Amino acid sequence: MSDVLLDVRNLSRRFDVSKPWLNRKLEGLEKLYVKAVDDVSFTVNRGETFALVGESGSGKSTIAKLIVGLLKPTQGEIFFSGQSLARGLSGAEARRLRRRFQMIFQDPLASLNPRWRVTDIIAEPLRVFERSMDDRARRLRVGELLTLVGLSPEDGVKFPHQFSGGQRQRIAIARALAAKPEFIVCDEPTSALDVSVQAQILNLMKDLQKEFGLTYVFISHNLQVVRHMADHIGVLYLGRLAEVAPARDLFEAPRHPYTRMLLDAVPDIEMTGRRRKKVEGEIPSPLSPPPGCAFHPRCPFANDRCKTEVPRTLGGVACHAVEEGRLSDLVQP
Amino acid sequence: MTEPLLSVRGLTVEFPTRHGILTAVEDITLDIMPGEVLGMVGESGAGKSMTGNAIIGLIEPPGRIARGEILLKGQRIDNLPPDEMRAIRGRRIGMIFQDPLTSLNPLYRISDQLVETIRTHLPMSQEAARKRAIQLLDDVGIPDAARRIDDYPHQFSGGMRQRVVIALALCAEPDLVIADEPTTALDVSVQAQIIDVMKQLCADRGAAILLVTHDMGVIAETANRVAVMYAGRIAEIGPVREVIKDARHPYTAGLMGAIPRLGENLDRLQQIPGAMPRLSSIPQGCAFNPRCPKVFDRCRSHRPSLSQAEVGRQVACWLYDGVTEA
Repeated sequence: MSDVLLDVRNLSRRFDVSKPWLNRKLEGLEKLYVKAVDDVSFTVNRGETFALVGESGSGKSTIAKLIVGLLKPTQGEIFFSGQSLARGLSGAEARRLRRRFQMIFQDPLASLNPRWRVTDIIAEPLRVFERSMDDRARRLRVGELLTLVGLSPEDGVKFPHQFSGGQRQRIAIARALAAKPEFIVCDEPTSALDVSVQAQILNLMKDLQKEFGLTYVFISHNLQVVRHMADHIGVLYLGRLAEVAPARDLFEAPRHPYTRMLLDAVPDIEMTGRRRKKVEGEIPSPLSPPPGCAFHPRCPFANDRCKTEVPRTLGGVACHAVEEGRLSDLVQP
Repeated sequence: MTEPLLSVRGLTVEFPTRHGILTAVEDITLDIMPGEVLGMVGESGAGKSMTGNAIIGLIEPPGRIARGEILLKGQRIDNLPPDEMRAIRGRRIGMIFQDPLTSLNPLYRISDQLVETIRTHLPMSQEAARKRAIQLLDDVGIPDAARRIDDYPHQFSGGMRQRVVIALALCAEPDLVIADEPTTALDVSVQAQIIDVMKQLCADRGAAILLVTHDMGVIAETANRVAVMYAGRIAEIGPVREVIKDARHPYTAGLMGAIPRLGENLDRLQQIPGAMPRLSSIPQGCAFNPRCPKVFDRCRSHRPSLSQAEVGRQVACWLYDGVTEA
């Protein structure tokens, strides 16, 4: 049994999207909530990459923010190496725990302060977490970090706008590594980048993972990228986990009908001439999700039970049809 | 031999700036046959959108077409006065842009926008145009078109909006549709639907498509031929299957290797070192030479031009220079 680093249990988060109080009173409206994340549970083993995939509005980024503490969960628990993060932590304890995880965002230009030099950006975590470090040692460490991500120590005097998109993402990675974290949440780290640059960043992330034994939660909408990076994958649909499986199993024998649909929709770049099923419908509005299984209006296997009863997660899949064995004969070899 | 529908000859687009003239697109030569889907791929800044904009005469000043000519069914369209160009735009060349929300006016109903476009280009009564608009919406796969036609753009989802934009582009039965990143803003499952709609409609109507995208996957699914752009020039052009399976230009090969695939379990992706040069500092010789694994002396001093590597395939690379002379 591998060592569990992150354990997310029954995590839910809803957002209040009601109109202002006066409008509600005048128009006789109820309070309105969006369930961005609904009863999500998964575990991440130390040294592995756990990927969350889903289309827009599936709650991927909300989960990322919940894990690093940028949002508070409405319900549920998050345990990081056995300690609960969801209950408010006391100052010193929080500080000790927080330096062990970091986050990388999608748009490096938005996550780097445009008025700071790169050295200052990367040194900030050091100033916060390594107070005893003197200026000289800090500068040396920044130089090391820049070299580590494939930039040169002389680049430290420049500002973020003087770099290309890929280089900026390298700076964001250097900053994330500055505090020597064990765990990094990556929210669409390469989706703003061109493919050739994306390959550089993905390779870099894999190298760093090997070198420092990092654990990643990797969030992406791109199935090919996820296939390349992840050990385990969770497929999200409208805030719920449809399927959690080891990467190899998920791609070779997807079980949930939604996973199958997603895989079918990926463009066939090998030009194998594979015939694909027509994709039906779109993600419904999270404001009024369908009752029962949220996927049932688009699902070719839906029956009456799917329309009323929310499926429980059994063996990594939340689907009545799989549970009842209605799909077993359809699993591709 | 059939005459090409669109023929671009030596197209060069320049932007005069304080720091000298920047060449965004240089010496592009390509043909699109009737009913053909020509893909144009490249990374950001490769000049793919600029080429599309030049064809429909939408280069923003101070940018200008410095050299070359564009022929639509043998007629030059790059030097037409704005009025005549406007008659061609929309009527004979339709356009689909990346973000459907910016191509639709948020203050007008879909019906108004469609009917206006149809009546601008075709002599039709209000009722006939409305009927045609409903038929178009139906063709692009909008359910319950007769009722949805009076909705506003914000009442549609992203995928549905892009369908409306496709309907708008096809209003006047154009010969050519220029689609600039039509699926980039969409989720994968919706992207697959939009690709199907575009392919189907153009096949039904015999319209040709210039598909501009950075996504090789979309090209593989859709296009007949593909032009790979790098730093404002075409690096390679040829049938999709051949370019993808057997890339000739080192840049194309690197680009293909950099794409993670579903079917493989590689530990590392192939990577091209460095990044695309800025327009202000395109290297001497071949623009790709500082990143090229097969670079030799000639690449650093002389710029290769597009030449025939074999039937139907052209490559701008000195590696294949001998092939043409032989």
